[in-house]
Amino acid sequence: MEKRELTCIGCPLGCAVTVVLENGEIKSVTGNTCKRGDDYARKEVTHPTRIVTSTVTVEGGSAPVVSVKTKEDIPKDKIFDCVRALRGVSVKAPVHMGDVILENAAGTGVDIIATKTVL
Amino acid sequence: MKAYDIVIVGGGPAGLAAAISARESGIESVLILERDKELGGILNQCIHNGFGLHTFKEELTGPEYAGRFIQKVLDMEIEYKLNTMVADISKDRVITAISREEGLTRIKAGAIVLAMGCRERPRGALNIPGYRPAGIFSAGTAQRLVNMEGYMPGREVVILGSGDIGLIMARRMTLEGAKVKVVAELMPYSGGLKRNIVQCLDDFGIPLKLSHTVIDIDGKDRVKGVTIAQVGSDGKPVAGTEEYISCDTLLLSVGLIPENELSRGIGVQISPVTNGPVVNESLETSIDGVFACGNVLHVHDLVDYVSEEAHMAGKCAAAYVQAQKLGNTEEFQGGRAVSLKGENGVRYTVPVFVRPEHMEDTLTVRFRVGNVYKNASVCTYFGDTCISRRKKRVLAPGEMENIVLKKAEIEKYPDLETITIRIEQE
Amino acid sequence: MYDAVIIGAGVVGSAIARELSKYRLNACVVEKEEDVCCGTSKANSAIVHAGFDAESGTLKAKLNVEGNAMMEQLSKDLDFSFKRNGSMVICTDEAGFSVLETLKARGEKNGVPGLEILNREQLMALEPNLSDAVIGALYAPTGGIVCPFNLTIALAENAAVNGVEFKFGTEVESIGRTDSGYTVTTDQGTIYAKTVVNAAGVYADKFHNMVSKDKIHITARKGEYCLLDKNVGNYVSHTIFQLPSAMGKGVLVTPTVHGNLLVGPTAADIEDKEATNTTREGLDFLIEKAKESVKDLPIRQVITSFAGLRAHEDGDEFIIKEVEEAPGFFDAAGIESPGLTSAPAIGVMVAGMIAQKLGLEANPNFVGTRRGIPHLDAMKQEERAALIRQNPAYGNIICRCEMVSEGEIMDAIHRPLGARSLDGVKRRVRAGMGRCQAGFCSPRTMEILHREVPLSMLELTKSGPGSEIVVGRSKEMEGM
Repeated sequence: MEKRELTCIGCPLGCAVTVVLENGEIKSVTGNTCKRGDDYARKEVTHPTRIVTSTVTVEGGSAPVVSVKTKEDIPKDKIFDCVRALRGVSVKAPVHMGDVILENAAGTGVDIIATKTVL
Repeated sequence: MKAYDIVIVGGGPAGLAAAISARESGIESVLILERDKELGGILNQCIHNGFGLHTFKEELTGPEYAGRFIQKVLDMEIEYKLNTMVADISKDRVITAISREEGLTRIKAGAIVLAMGCRERPRGALNIPGYRPAGIFSAGTAQRLVNMEGYMPGREVVILGSGDIGLIMARRMTLEGAKVKVVAELMPYSGGLKRNIVQCLDDFGIPLKLSHTVIDIDGKDRVKGVTIAQVGSDGKPVAGTEEYISCDTLLLSVGLIPENELSRGIGVQISPVTNGPVVNESLETSIDGVFACGNVLHVHDLVDYVSEEAHMAGKCAAAYVQAQKLGNTEEFQGGRAVSLKGENGVRYTVPVFVRPEHMEDTLTVRFRVGNVYKNASVCTYFGDTCISRRKKRVLAPGEMENIVLKKAEIEKYPDLETITIRIEQE
Repeated sequence: MYDAVIIGAGVVGSAIARELSKYRLNACVVEKEEDVCCGTSKANSAIVHAGFDAESGTLKAKLNVEGNAMMEQLSKDLDFSFKRNGSMVICTDEAGFSVLETLKARGEKNGVPGLEILNREQLMALEPNLSDAVIGALYAPTGGIVCPFNLTIALAENAAVNGVEFKFGTEVESIGRTDSGYTVTTDQGTIYAKTVVNAAGVYADKFHNMVSKDKIHITARKGEYCLLDKNVGNYVSHTIFQLPSAMGKGVLVTPTVHGNLLVGPTAADIEDKEATNTTREGLDFLIEKAKESVKDLPIRQVITSFAGLRAHEDGDEFIIKEVEEAPGFFDAAGIESPGLTSAPAIGVMVAGMIAQKLGLEANPNFVGTRRGIPHLDAMKQEERAALIRQNPAYGNIICRCEMVSEGEIMDAIHRPLGARSLDGVKRRVRAGMGRCQAGFCSPRTMEILHREVPLSMLELTKSGPGSEIVVGRSKEMEGM
């Protein structure tokens, strides 16, 4: 049996939610005070995901770097892999918002795209 | 001297939304003055996601959120000047601006929207003792260095203050390979969003020490370490709780101050609580034809609310200009005023008075509370009569709250002098 | 072989350098820091004292009054900010009046003009924010305030223009005698000179004691200060002193020439001559103490605090003379308050001694005036507009709190002895000196330094080697 303590991010209340797992299966969710807390805890325990944002170097542009993000959520445990995959990546200006900077970042199947236009 | 119907000071989220709304309200001659080299303001360095859930029903990064408004400004062909610093605004709405391209220029405005945003409180404002070495940055300065210039301000970091910028920078620095050792927060609660505490600190195992502050800074040339200590309920460090943490960087996220030096110069009345102008329901300041919105008015937590507020300011400025063209700004100015007061935990309200005859069908009144309240009610009183109670599971100083006033309701009370918003425990 | 080497590029070393440059000679200044004005000269009360404090007949008294009298013309010649705002020493009880009388008599003996004792009513007309406890004051109309940075920079720059060499980042390690003079060994090599001037501030005892058996001893006496926002810069218009004590002139409240309000200093003798840190006790003390002078001190308006070290010699007197057993070695030691005021007069005195010693002739090419960096925000609109037309960089505002333009920062970098660091820029043109304390402008000032010096971003410092501002490029950190 495994116990996981989480803070719900659904609202400012920030309930301390406890999830009990057995063989990877959720046995109970307690401490939450609404349905949203239950949903959040279940997802956070089984397949937590995040958007990752960062920057990459731009060559010959009006700014030295351009901001980027993963186009969709990626698994939480791939955050560092995604950022590392951007190491050494540089793009030539112009870059447009939405341009793909790196395909299939760190094998997540998610592209990294520019979030700003740098001419 | 050039003349515009509406001049907007600041091209950040507030200025952009105000400009768009002024144009949508039928004003052709709109000018945005922006001191930086691009439009978008602080959003350009806020590369993290989480913006726009209310406005666009999707999660955008700062530059993307700004980008949508900038595109609209471009599409509408609203005029703007970059790298232009406003040096002075006179009571009769003559703006003195300085830029490389145009030198010193004077611009006459029919109406002005103040949208200068805010600045970060520096170390000096806290009077933290110690040395004054390199390596002490306000979180926003560090954010600019990392996100816009591509440089890292340090390797081992202590962050003082758990405001959202501090939390965001804790994650950003960590992802870039720095070690964030601790986030110390003077208050017994964090001023940041729960989501940021979880996703910026908990995700990376960064400790948050509540009721802690930095009491000494070590290192003559570059920061070598800081001493943190627990603070008691009197706000003073508790002897024996001192802890030295070696680090090369101290980031400060200890509050934002609306940037109202220009407003003071015009003679705009400033609220000592918000440090922003005192405004009426039309977001007009104490000076005729000068409006304010966004963080220059009061510090917001969500940019969506800034856009919403600025939309209103742009619209009201447009109405003022239209009245001006008909020669009846006096009518715009008159009217019975009902004052709005925050009490019993409500630190302030924006606006601070409302003139029923000028308000739209509804008016959003924004406010902040001074403490954390659980299971309390936000109560609205017309005089002594409680006209609404809204139960909230939690209220926190870090989160802006609002109530909506209905014009029809206020009109039922012709002698009403004061509307009071109070927090009441059940 | 130099005719003279001056150790220390503070206000005293710089004043001596400038006075020496009026003669035909080969002189240099060595400074361990990266710029002029990095020690005591940069962190003090910025006061031009009237001259009633020091005991009559002392060098302190004489040079104070002389320096005060020189300051006005010097500020015009060298274009730095100086204002004769007048000073007051307040008292809060009847017994205090007799101290004021003593000060007045002493001042008159020292040659201070215009001293007057005022009663509360007279004071309130001049300074309505004085505390309720104040019952009288000694008023000195010749008291003034000055920009200590630009005073020092102007003196040094003018010396440099007139041929004095400045070696920064050069720390003196030892001093030896030769037949013809001295060898000054530094971490950057050895310098030979006929004469040596010891203007090393808190370290002057170290260098004196290298050449003399007659030891002197300098204690670093820390003074902490709080600087307040320009919003409250007119809280007082005169410099308000409290009754002096054994440790100095008490906590003062004064406007600065730039329109801020300054409160300080404390006085604490310390061991470590580098300990320019502020302390909780110190800051709390001076805030409490200042309340005796003014009521409702707007302490929430503090924008920064800092500490400086006074070079207090045991004998409590300036030591300005040729060391007896070391001919050609001149001390300018123990220069604590009123050192800033006295500096111009110390310059004349020491340069005169050296000129006599070496039989120097006047420098026919000496240029005694200098134009400072234009301060656009203080100009009339037309004048400002004209300057921006000439050089558009003056139209690009970098520091928005102090309204400092790119052009002014470029000037600060390109002048003789130009700025190489953020603090160097700040001392010259005030970029970063305002209420946001460089939060907004520092990345932009860095860009300009990077482009104009040029220096790589990684080499850029706040105040010289060891104070680098950024540690690397993003995406290139170890541990990523």
